[in-house]
Amino acid sequence: MAAQRPPYQRLGDVAFSKVEKVNAELFTLTYGAVVVQLLKDSEDVEQTSIQLEKMGYNIGVRIIDEFLAKANAGTCTDFKETGEVIAKVAFRMFLGVTVDCRHVVEPNAPADAMPAFHLIIVDNPLVDFVELPEHCSTLAYCNLLCGVVRGALEMVGMRVETKLLKDTLWGDEHTEISVSLKELVHEQYRDDDE
Amino acid sequence: MSGGRLLSLYINNRSGGLIYQRNLSPAAAKLRDNDQLTVASMLSSLALILQELAPTSGSRPMSSLEANGFVLCSYDVPTGLKLVMLAEPGTQGLELLLKAIHALYADYALKNPFYELDMPIKCDKFDERLTRLLHDFTR
Repeated sequence: MAAQRPPYQRLGDVAFSKVEKVNAELFTLTYGAVVVQLLKDSEDVEQTSIQLEKMGYNIGVRIIDEFLAKANAGTCTDFKETGEVIAKVAFRMFLGVTVDCRHVVEPNAPADAMPAFHLIIVDNPLVDFVELPEHCSTLAYCNLLCGVVRGALEMVGMRVETKLLKDTLWGDEHTEISVSLKELVHEQYRDDDE
Repeated sequence: MSGGRLLSLYINNRSGGLIYQRNLSPAAAKLRDNDQLTVASMLSSLALILQELAPTSGSRPMSSLEANGFVLCSYDVPTGLKLVMLAEPGTQGLELLLKAIHALYADYALKNPFYELDMPIKCDKFDERLTRLLHDFTR
């Protein structure tokens, strides 16, 4: 493991080297401006979090095509692999950071329980220069990322639930997003009479 | 030049509706708009039904069809988008070309804020880049 990098990491590096880049500070500050404007418009912290998730969803349903067209990630065999690909290839390609993926297994879960994983973002570019003022301390500032993951996976037939569990802005060590599979949607031929 | 001429390009959305069509050669079949829509949606349904014939589940949808007058190459994106290229028999590299067109779709249609998902593609930039790509391919 030490000498050879995992293949997904390499795939992510290749994808990152191919995409167009934008100045990281410009990106961070633009995102900050968007969040502030949303807060001003809705005047409600809870509503802003929801709105950010929705914006992310709309990004996700489009961004997935770019990912599929440019990342050459192939087809995932299971949800575990999906997690690895999102963490190592997708986040690297679009945000330039590598993310850790931890698979969660509930201790007493039944055998047919739906799988889930957590994405752990240590070096989150969205939160640079950001502090949450006291009246916004519950704001899910990075909820956009949750929406992106949900939207992107929905387009490839995986209905998932995402939630921002931890955030550096809430005093945690890292940003953590939980992604749990709810349903696999397959398109197939069905007879009208059935 | 990689064999034969390209004839026409069809792009279907995930529900089998035609969202883009372009004839690339005077030799291409001249269909009326309505017939194009019908043919495109039949193609989507046919590819879906054909999967039922696969001996194992999880087979990919139909990827090519050959006749003595033309070949059809179909590239399916996991999001449900279907890109179909018709060409003269013996044309090589169609799948790579369709992948490149998919990348153009991601860059110039989906990133256009006025483009709505699953709606016909009417983006000048997309047309322009596609023309350039096809020109390079046939050179």
